[in-house]
Amino acid sequence: MLDWLASLGRYGLNLTSAFGRSGVFIFQSLAGLPKTSEAFTLWLRQIYSVGVLSLIIILVAGLFIGMVLALQGYTILVDFGAEQALGQMVALSLTRELAPVVAALLFAGRAGSALTAEIGLMKATEQLASLEMIGVDPLRRIIAPRLLAGFVALPILTIIFTFVGVWGGWLVGVDWLGVDEGAFWSNMQSSVSFQADVLNGVIKSLVFALVVTWIAVFQGYDLVPTSEGISLATTRTVVYSSLAVLGLDFVLTALMFSNL
Amino acid sequence: MRNQRWIEVSVGAFMLLGLAALLFLAFKVSGLAQTSERNGFEVQACFGDIGGLKPRSRVTLAGVTVGRVAAINLDHQWFEACVTMQLEDSLVNKLSKDTAAAIQTSGLLGDNYISLTPGIDEAWLAQGDTLKDTQSALILEQLVNQFISNSTRD
Repeated sequence: MLDWLASLGRYGLNLTSAFGRSGVFIFQSLAGLPKTSEAFTLWLRQIYSVGVLSLIIILVAGLFIGMVLALQGYTILVDFGAEQALGQMVALSLTRELAPVVAALLFAGRAGSALTAEIGLMKATEQLASLEMIGVDPLRRIIAPRLLAGFVALPILTIIFTFVGVWGGWLVGVDWLGVDEGAFWSNMQSSVSFQADVLNGVIKSLVFALVVTWIAVFQGYDLVPTSEGISLATTRTVVYSSLAVLGLDFVLTALMFSNL
Repeated sequence: MRNQRWIEVSVGAFMLLGLAALLFLAFKVSGLAQTSERNGFEVQACFGDIGGLKPRSRVTLAGVTVGRVAAINLDHQWFEACVTMQLEDSLVNKLSKDTAAAIQTSGLLGDNYISLTPGIDEAWLAQGDTLKDTQSALILEQLVNQFISNSTRD
């Protein structure tokens, strides 16, 4: 009984100290941000690896989600003779929910796990320690560019996801199922508002970007430097960031769209 | 790792793509600025009640879409809704001057659209003409109200 209580206490302490470490970690990497052209080059390189290389999966997923939405929405709406509302349905569900959430989940799987594994391997092979030895702060050199690249890349990917999704919905709805094109766009334009829907979706994706990259980079930096530790940390990155994205999405939706 | 030049170019293209997608979302999806392509000819019609008619709604002839609603303005003299329609170029000098316009609803819950019925006049509709013979939208609630008050009177 006492052992059980002690293990619970140890778990709580570990959890709290991990939160504290991650807070100090993100503060230190963002506080000492170098403003040289070399830092800019490092940042560009990271945007390439987390953003440009994730583009394919985002494009394909967005296209198919938009097409499926249009197909499903059409079969339901046509029962009420309201298939003109298809554009509105596709665009609203994409801008408000699906694009930020699905793009963040894909980003966690595609880019987050790669970040964790990369930084973890650097730690396991003591590259981080040797950087520190030659007087280069690994937080500034390795971590900060990756964090910033994640913050920038995911919102852009989300916007592209929405665009491709709407296009996919148009392809299926208008081109294939024969919904009137003018009604498709005019219903969409009269119900989607730029501030309330598009910008709120972008704000959502900014929050998700922060959380996912933070979790990914911290898991990589904080892992036990063994091969088992790396695999554990990579799994944790995907699981934790997916859970965080889904949980935060509910909170953000409640704040943004429920008119409490 | 690819070379620096390629990375810079692809990141630039990535950001441009994001910007283009944002512009698409702003203008095409949320309709920040209404764009209207100017082809075809415009005719006007004033209705007592247009119901749920919106800019870009359909204009049909015998059920075939032949144009779009370009603009809706309130007439301050008679308090009617004056609708500007943009009709296909192919209908120039084909529609008679006494063509009738009625606002109808597609299905029970569907959108409002304008249905044109050709008349018998010898003169043709031209750019800027106004249709005289119009029929307002049927508002379902008003019909139900009328029906109820009629049936309770009996």
